[in-house]
Amino acid sequence: MTFWTYRRRDNLVGYLFVAPALLGSLAFVLIPLGMVGWYSLNEWNVLGGTFEFIGGENYQRLLADEKLRDSLVATAWFAAGLVVLNLTLALLLAVLLNQKLRGTTLFRTLFFSPVLVSLVAWTLVWQLMLQPEGSVNDLLGLAGVDGPNWLRGESSAMVSVIVVQVIKNVGLNMVLFLAALQGVPAPLYEAAKIDGAGAWTRFTRITIPLISPTILLTSIITIVGSLQVFAQIAVLTQGGPGTSTTVLIYYLYQQAFQFHHFGYGATISVLLFVIVAALTLVQWRMRRKWVLHES
Amino acid sequence: MSRKVWLYGLLCLLCVPFVFPTWWMVTSSMKPISEIFSESLLPSEWTFSTYSTVFKMQPFGQQYWNSLYIAVIVTVGTMAVAALAGYAFARIKFPGQNVLFVVVLTGLLIPSEVTIVPLFQLFQSLGMTNTHWPLIIVPIFGAPCVLAIFIMRQFFLALPPELEEAARMDGLGRAGIFYRIALPLSRPALGAVAIFTFLHSWNLYLEPIVYLSTPDMFTLPQALTQFVDIYGGPMWNVQLAAATMTAVPILVVFVVAQRQFIEGLAHTGVKG
Repeated sequence: MTFWTYRRRDNLVGYLFVAPALLGSLAFVLIPLGMVGWYSLNEWNVLGGTFEFIGGENYQRLLADEKLRDSLVATAWFAAGLVVLNLTLALLLAVLLNQKLRGTTLFRTLFFSPVLVSLVAWTLVWQLMLQPEGSVNDLLGLAGVDGPNWLRGESSAMVSVIVVQVIKNVGLNMVLFLAALQGVPAPLYEAAKIDGAGAWTRFTRITIPLISPTILLTSIITIVGSLQVFAQIAVLTQGGPGTSTTVLIYYLYQQAFQFHHFGYGATISVLLFVIVAALTLVQWRMRRKWVLHES
Repeated sequence: MSRKVWLYGLLCLLCVPFVFPTWWMVTSSMKPISEIFSESLLPSEWTFSTYSTVFKMQPFGQQYWNSLYIAVIVTVGTMAVAALAGYAFARIKFPGQNVLFVVVLTGLLIPSEVTIVPLFQLFQSLGMTNTHWPLIIVPIFGAPCVLAIFIMRQFFLALPPELEEAARMDGLGRAGIFYRIALPLSRPALGAVAIFTFLHSWNLYLEPIVYLSTPDMFTLPQALTQFVDIYGGPMWNVQLAAATMTAVPILVVFVVAQRQFIEGLAHTGVKG
């Protein structure tokens, strides 16, 4: 009996509790990641049934692949547009909802509601609304603007997928910002007011620094999330017109599951992993320098 | 006074792109196809034939059930795995803890899309393609679960230790403390995890189209894109009817429970 001291039993319980998560990580994250690395060193055509070690050839192909370069450009535009628009709009909505005003709960519900609408349903609806004769152009027509064929122009297609995605998900960041705004101590604003600081100064000198941890958190979530946007692209534009909206993950899907180049697909996966990991690590480091305080 | 008018005006204007698509989805699903592109906000005549067409064209009831049961199992499973691991990482001291936590946390750097090729290969060799297993097992134990573990750990870290010490004095073992004390207290965090996980599973699109190949196995997101006429053109009003049936029940649940919903998420976001 003395062998099972409280400490030993505690250790055992600890290991048992983390076992499912740990084994899951090994089986479905880490080992597959290693396999992605191995596959990327092979030429593997599923249809032809060939699997052959070719060393760094896939990586040379990666460097020379113009479609990949287009895809990286599209990914960068998509991520940048998405993050800027999403965070700006989320902050604007949060500030508006943080005013002393009746009915803000109702507006909060309305702004948040697209988060709950099934993703593909939401995308299908926008696909229809963005047709040349659809609602978006009807609305623009009321303002006297002749709207384009949104999903068929290169830049307008990119704008469309960004806007559709932002409106779908901005409610999440809005809620996080709203909680952060409510955590800013009111006396700070009072004191600044007495010192003669205007609304804009109070916003940039007090609000922004104090909610900087939330800004960082939301920007990490949003950037990494933007690299995983697949359904919207697949439904709205299929990466087109041309390659203008072929973001990296869509290109990965095309290579691996439409053209059956598993080896090259795995090489693109490695690239995707490197980008996500680098972005996340950079942002975690920035936290130390950039963020004013951690709660 | 005028400031209030301005604010309300601005809020109403900003609401349009958030509310209009849903409104339009529901009303247009009841319009005859000829009116899909009309500017009217309501159908000139209401028709529900699109709704029965949905069920004629695809095993939509079966697909609905597929999505629902997968999402429920994934949600419950993730809550269990994440609560156990989150608790152990936060409250139990055992050798190698930090290393193991880092191992699990690497999942945050590896989106599940990165590993789709080997996972597909794995499930194919197990004969599990065109089954729901990959859509259930990978989210519960793989990368999507890591965020849930992180959220649960953050919550348990903030729990006052006195509660557990009192329970230990009363003779409760570790498992008992977890089950009787910590777990009931973690309801807000579990709620947030449940919402995240359910929505993630409900919206999954890449994995179903990679793994599933027959309509009776499809999940809803995949099924929604399959309403096409014999020429491959989309049947828009039928799509909208299916989309409405997919979206509206979740929205209703949300409106009923919206306070717990949003505040639960906000709470976790600040801490996480």
